[in-house]
Amino acid sequence: MLLAGILCLPTVVIFSHLFIPMEEVWRHLVDTVLVRYITNTVFLALGVGLIGLTVGTLTGWLSANFEFPGQRLFHWALLLPLAVPTYATAFSYGGLCEFSGPIQTTLRDIFDWNKGDYWFPEMRSIGGAIFVMSFVLYPYVYLLGRTAFVGQARNYDESARVLGRSSEGILKDISFPLARPSLIAGLALMLMEALSDFGAVQYLAVDTFTTGVYRTWFALGSPEGAARLASMLLLIIFLILLVEHRSRGQAKYYQVTGRSHLKEKVALAGLKGIIATFICSIPVFFGFILPTGYLLFLSFPAWEIMVVGSFFEHLLNSFSLATLTSFLAMTFALFLIYSSRLGAGPLNTMLYRIVSLGYGFPGSVIAIGVLIPMAWLDYRIDDFMRNAFGISTGLIFTGGIVVVVFAYLVRFMALGLHSLQSSMESLTPNLDAAAQTLGANWRRRLSMVHMPLITGGLLTGALLVFVDVMKELPATLILRPFNYDTLAVKAYELASDEALAAASCYAVTIVVVGLIPIILISRSVETSGSYVTKARYEDG
Amino acid sequence: MVNNEIGLQFSGVSHSYGAVQVLNDVNLSVPAGSITCLLGPSGCGKTTFLRLSAGLESLQRGEIFFDGEKVSDANSSVAPEIRGVGLMFQDYMLFPHLSVLENVRFGLGGLSVGEQVKKAKLALEQVGMAEFRSYFPHMLSGGEQQRVALARAIAPRPKILLLDEPFSGLDQHLRKSLRSDTLHLLQELGTTALMVTHDPEEALLMGDRIAIMRTGEVLQEGTGADLYSRPTNAFCATFLGETLEYRAYAQSVSVDTPFGPVEVKKELIGGEVRVLVRPEAITFGSENSGLGVNSMFVSGTLTELKEVGPSRKVTLKLHGSGFEIRLLSSWRGFPEVGCEVGMVIDSSMMFVFPAVEG
Repeated sequence: MLLAGILCLPTVVIFSHLFIPMEEVWRHLVDTVLVRYITNTVFLALGVGLIGLTVGTLTGWLSANFEFPGQRLFHWALLLPLAVPTYATAFSYGGLCEFSGPIQTTLRDIFDWNKGDYWFPEMRSIGGAIFVMSFVLYPYVYLLGRTAFVGQARNYDESARVLGRSSEGILKDISFPLARPSLIAGLALMLMEALSDFGAVQYLAVDTFTTGVYRTWFALGSPEGAARLASMLLLIIFLILLVEHRSRGQAKYYQVTGRSHLKEKVALAGLKGIIATFICSIPVFFGFILPTGYLLFLSFPAWEIMVVGSFFEHLLNSFSLATLTSFLAMTFALFLIYSSRLGAGPLNTMLYRIVSLGYGFPGSVIAIGVLIPMAWLDYRIDDFMRNAFGISTGLIFTGGIVVVVFAYLVRFMALGLHSLQSSMESLTPNLDAAAQTLGANWRRRLSMVHMPLITGGLLTGALLVFVDVMKELPATLILRPFNYDTLAVKAYELASDEALAAASCYAVTIVVVGLIPIILISRSVETSGSYVTKARYEDG
Repeated sequence: MVNNEIGLQFSGVSHSYGAVQVLNDVNLSVPAGSITCLLGPSGCGKTTFLRLSAGLESLQRGEIFFDGEKVSDANSSVAPEIRGVGLMFQDYMLFPHLSVLENVRFGLGGLSVGEQVKKAKLALEQVGMAEFRSYFPHMLSGGEQQRVALARAIAPRPKILLLDEPFSGLDQHLRKSLRSDTLHLLQELGTTALMVTHDPEEALLMGDRIAIMRTGEVLQEGTGADLYSRPTNAFCATFLGETLEYRAYAQSVSVDTPFGPVEVKKELIGGEVRVLVRPEAITFGSENSGLGVNSMFVSGTLTELKEVGPSRKVTLKLHGSGFEIRLLSSWRGFPEVGCEVGMVIDSSMMFVFPAVEG
C-alpha cells in the first residue's frame, strides 16, 4: 500500500504545480516559448496521428485479412520499427538528409547541382519530426488493429453478406466500426509516445513540452517552471487517456464471443498482391530498414569504439540499471498483485490504476516529479543531521542511482504489472480455493501453485521493463549521477555533438536489445487466445 | 453406516453479496458418515453454501459446526487450510504443473515424504488411477481427471467432503459409472459428504438425504423417497420428477379433477389450487373394478402414440372433462390411435398445493 503510494507521488507533485502561483519565470515562458510549445505539440500530434493511423490501419487490415507475397514475413517485420528508439531513427535521418549526408551528396554528384540549386526537405523541422515518429510509432496501431481485425468472427462478415451488403459495404459498416476501439487505443498509445518523446525532437530542433521541461530546468534553472510545463503536458496526456478509456469501454460490446469461426484469409493474386506487398514494405523500409541500415553502415567503420573500455562501462551501466529495475519492478508487481488476490480492499485497485498511469507519462516529466520531492527529502535529512549531530549528509538520494531507478519504476512499473496480472488472471480463483482446502497457507500457495504457473508472465514483464530501461533517455539524462552514462545517454550526447558514427554504435546496440521483446510480442500475437487454463468462476 | 451424530450443521446462516441476498436463514444438518445432496436450480445459493462450509467466504450471519464444533460465525472463522474440508470442483482444478501423484500429495503436507507417497498411492488405487500417477492433468480425459480430483480430495481424510457438481462436465455414459464408483467409495470410507447438484436424478441416486434449495432457502429436506412421494410444496414436487398438472378452484374439502375427486386441506379452500400427479400414478389398461382405497378409475381416448426408444409418448383426451394429458409410458399394450384406454390413478401420488406459494 505504502509502496503504491510512493510510486504515485511524482504524479501528485507534478499536478500540484498546475495550481501553485508562479512568479516571473512563468510569465517569461508564456511570453517567449509557450505558444511555440503548444503549436508544435499540436502539429506533432495531428501529423503523427494522421499518418500513423493511416499506415497502421492499412497494414493491420491487409495483414489480417489477406494472403499476399511476403505476408507472413510482414506479420512481424511491420513491428520492427518499435525496436528502434525514436531518437535513434531521428539521428539516422538527420545524418542521411543533411547537406553533407549521403542522399544530398549523391544527388549533387548525379545532377551536378550546387548548394542552393535545389530544394530538399529539411529533417530538422516539425515535418521531419512527424515523418520520423509516424514511421516509428505506427506499429502500435498496426498491432492493436491487426488483433482486432483477426478477432472479428467470420459470422459477422457472412451475416452481413447474407443481408445483402457488398464487400465495400462490409468494410465500411462492419469491419472498421468493430475495430474502431482498438484503433483508437493504438492511436492513443502512439500519441502518448509521440508527446513523451524527448531525444528525437531535441535532436531535430523542434521545441515541444518535453524539451521545454528540460530547458526550463537546466537553462533557466527553474524547477517550478519546468514542473508547470510538465503538468500541462500531463493534462494533455490525461485527455488522451480519457478518450482511450472511453473507447475501450465500448470495446466490451464489440467483443466476439467464440473464437471457433475465425476468418479465413483471402488470397490476393497478381497485381493486387503486389500492391499489398508494396504498401506493407513502405513502413518497414522507412521505419526500420533505411534508418537502422544507415546506423549499421555508419557504425562499421567506427567499430573500434565498441571494444574500448568506456563502451563497456556504459553497457554495464545500462545493463545493471535495467537488471536492477526489472528485478525491483517484478518484486513490487508480485507483491501488489498477490496482495490484491488475497483480497485487499478497493483502495488497492485505485492505487493500481494510478501506478499503471505512469507508463503514459513522459520520462522528463517523471524525472521532475521524482526530483522535487527527493531533493526536498535530501535537504530535510541534511538539515536534521546538521542540527542534531553536526554532520552534513549531503544529497543522499538525488546524487545517486536510487533516484534514477525510482523514476524508472514510476515509468515502467505498469509493464511488469500488466504482464504479471494477465498471467495471474488466467488462473481461476478456484485453483486457490482448491489449494487452500488442501491445507496450503498463502506462502505455500504462492510457492507451489502460483509461482510455477506465472513464471512466463514474470519473465515477460521483467524483459519488457529491462528493454525499456535500456532505451530510456530523458529521465536518465536529467537524473543520472554526474559522469554516469548509459548507452542511451551516450548515443544522444554523441549525436548532439555530430559524432554520428560513434553514436550509431551505441544506437545499434540498443536496437539489438530492443528486438527481443518484438520477437516475443509477435509470437504472442500469433498464439493469442490459446490459454490452457480455463478462467471460469461461477457463483451459485 | 449412518449414525445419529451430526457431521455438518448450518444454523441460521444468511449471506448476501452486496444487495443480493444469496442465503436466507438456512438451517441444515448433514448426519455424520452420510451423503447429503444440495439440489436446486442454478443461482439458488448452492455454491455459496459450499464456499461457506469450506471457509472460503466469511460468514455474515449464523453459525457453522463440524462434528459439533463451531468453525464459523459472524466474528471468527477457522481458516480453510486448517478446517479439514475436502473440496472437489466442477472443473476439478487439478494443478496443471504437477503430476497426478504430486497433485494427490499436495494435501498431505504434514507427513514424511514416504508417508505422503504411500497415502497418495492408496487414494489413487481407491479411485482406480494408480497407474496414471506420473501423468500430468492435461494428458488425462475428463473422467480420469475427475477420479484424480476425488483422490486428491479424500487423501487427507477430510472431516467433511464438499463436492460441487462433480459429474456435470462428463458425458452421460461416463457420468453413470463414475457416480456409482464415487458413491461406493464414499460409503466405504464413511465420509460425511455434501454434494451440490442441479440434477434430481443424481441427487436421488447419490444422496442419503436431499435438501432442495430455491432462491437462498432450503424448501424441504429429507430422504429421497420422502421428498419424492411426500413433497411439501409444488416446487419440490415438480423439481424432483415429472408431474401432470391441473388447476382448479377449491370450493370445499373435495375438489373435482379430471382424475377424480381429491381432498384439499381446509386452508386452501377459497383459492386456486394446483393438482400435481406423478405419471407413475397412472396404470394403463385397467378395468373399472376391484379398485383399492386410494385408487380411482378414468378412461380416455388415445389421440397420439409415438415410439421413443423403450417408451411410448402418448397423448390422451380424458372422458368427461376433455382434459388432455401427455406423458411417457413403458406400457406396451396401447391400442391404435382413436381407441379407448382405461387407467387407474393412485391418489397417494397426487399432490395438492396452493396455486400461489408464499
